[in-house]
Amino acid sequence: MAETIKQRRRERIDRGVKVRSASIYALNSMEEISYLLAPRLLLTCGFLFMPLVLSPWPYWGRVGLSICILALLSISFDFLANYVGLVSLGGAFFYGVGGYISAILNTELGLPPALAIMAATILGAIVCTVALLPCLPLRGIYFAIVTLMYPLLMIRLIEAFDILGGTEGFRGIDGFSSFWTEQYGLILGLLAALFALRRFVNTDAGLVVRAVKDNDQSVRASGISVTGTKAKAVFLASLTGCFAGAYYIHMYSNVGISSFALDLSIMPIAATIIGGSGTLVGPVIGAAILVPLSELLRDFGSLRIVVYALVLTGFVVFRSEGLMNFLTRKYQQIERWVDIR
Amino acid sequence: MTQRTTEPILEINSVSMHFGGVKALNNVSLTVNRGDVVGIIGPNGSGKTTLINCITGFLKPTLGSIAFHGRDITGKKPHKVADMGINRTFQVMRPYFTMPAYKNLVIPLSSPRAKRIGGWRGGGRHGDRNTVAVDILEELGFERDSRVPYKLAGTLPTGYLKRLELGRCLAMRPELLICDEVFSGLSASEISSLVPLIEKLNAQGITMIMVEHRLVELFRVANRVMALSYGEKITEGQPQEVINHPKVREAYLGSEEDF
Repeated sequence: MAETIKQRRRERIDRGVKVRSASIYALNSMEEISYLLAPRLLLTCGFLFMPLVLSPWPYWGRVGLSICILALLSISFDFLANYVGLVSLGGAFFYGVGGYISAILNTELGLPPALAIMAATILGAIVCTVALLPCLPLRGIYFAIVTLMYPLLMIRLIEAFDILGGTEGFRGIDGFSSFWTEQYGLILGLLAALFALRRFVNTDAGLVVRAVKDNDQSVRASGISVTGTKAKAVFLASLTGCFAGAYYIHMYSNVGISSFALDLSIMPIAATIIGGSGTLVGPVIGAAILVPLSELLRDFGSLRIVVYALVLTGFVVFRSEGLMNFLTRKYQQIERWVDIR
Repeated sequence: MTQRTTEPILEINSVSMHFGGVKALNNVSLTVNRGDVVGIIGPNGSGKTTLINCITGFLKPTLGSIAFHGRDITGKKPHKVADMGINRTFQVMRPYFTMPAYKNLVIPLSSPRAKRIGGWRGGGRHGDRNTVAVDILEELGFERDSRVPYKLAGTLPTGYLKRLELGRCLAMRPELLICDEVFSGLSASEISSLVPLIEKLNAQGITMIMVEHRLVELFRVANRVMALSYGEKITEGQPQEVINHPKVREAYLGSEEDF
């Protein structure tokens, strides 16, 4: 009978502190200031203290850096896919271009690593943006499949024509002067990229970029070039990707066609899905879960990928919103069950 | 009403648009003078929206040319045309669904044209775009003190979305405003509140082209009307002349006893 079945629904209410701190009153009390600052500080301090904690184990220090590298690529993917609407599988292309340019600048021109990385980041982003210009009118799956071709094409070109050091690549690239410069250079780069992009998407220029994802015809009708806007966004995303690539090759002192490996395009998608799409922070969290997990599973040998796949599937099926969106909701809202009358 | 002039602002010279074998537009010519409100009527599929797409650059006409202020704009990119001051609403509304209503206007306010010309009512190029956006929405009947301008565009009812379409155009400070069926899908009371708004915009000096099915309301604001049927221009002239034209009655109004 209808009246015997008790129906309930979940009610979500914003926490008072969230509502208050959403406006100018945020500065009214320590409680509200810390409510806003706590998550940001947690992330920042987490990364800043990571090298101190990991310094006794150089191997895990490198794992920490791998987290940052994947995080950078994932931020780049998340920005393009969820803010601009360009699902890019060209992460490996950004990464490889950055890596190769930095290697050439360092070995041929003798630039020190720090300068080579900065120059490679900017030059690489320009190269990537120009290379991707022809496919900018594409959208969705079409853009994805074309951008996937870029890293594959680079691998074949390098192999076939024996250019850029051929299959050998470049060796003897200068490394960093110490463990600490290596660690903090990358961590500061990651935090800068993360907070800069988060700030950018909330500016008016960032709003235009998001509008392209929402409705590009309307953007056109508003007298703004859609291709131009997409090009700017690709430039920002490839800055992030090229920085990751350029940094990585200086960590391991060599660069080869593995810098264009497909993994580098695919792993960021996994990290973004686990961490939460469209949050920019989510992908960082996703990377911080995936990379250590992958290391811990090394003992499983070939079963590693099975466990890995199970974890990923679990996330997609049971937490498809991603960790970050889930945590944000818990942090900002009270959930309770109420009876339906 | 506005000072109507005989200074041509838009000249459409024998434009044809063919999609394969379909002639969506066939040899259509029209001159719009500064200050005009030109109505374009015609049955479904007669090529009204195609004509607008040709003017605004979303389609490149197969034959013919279009000039704005004497400058050829045939086949120019849509954003270039919009940048020159020809702004359109879409028949199927295209708001930015995931953004609050007022943020929808921040996009056009960030466009090169808006930056060049300056904000609404001389708000200045460095003026706060959010405030200017809410100002424009208020002008269009979004109650400022209500929460409506701050709601997600995806949650707004049709009446507000139509106004939002207009607002997106007004933020561009258009010279020529092209409205593609702003009245359709609205209730009688919503239309009667929109009509004075259209008159006001025209009085502010905005030239308009209005594609409409709602003839009674259209004839209240339009000073000239062109009728299309199967991509051909049937006639053009004063609203009363057009409505009494035998071919128009045959093509379009034949079954409507109201007229």
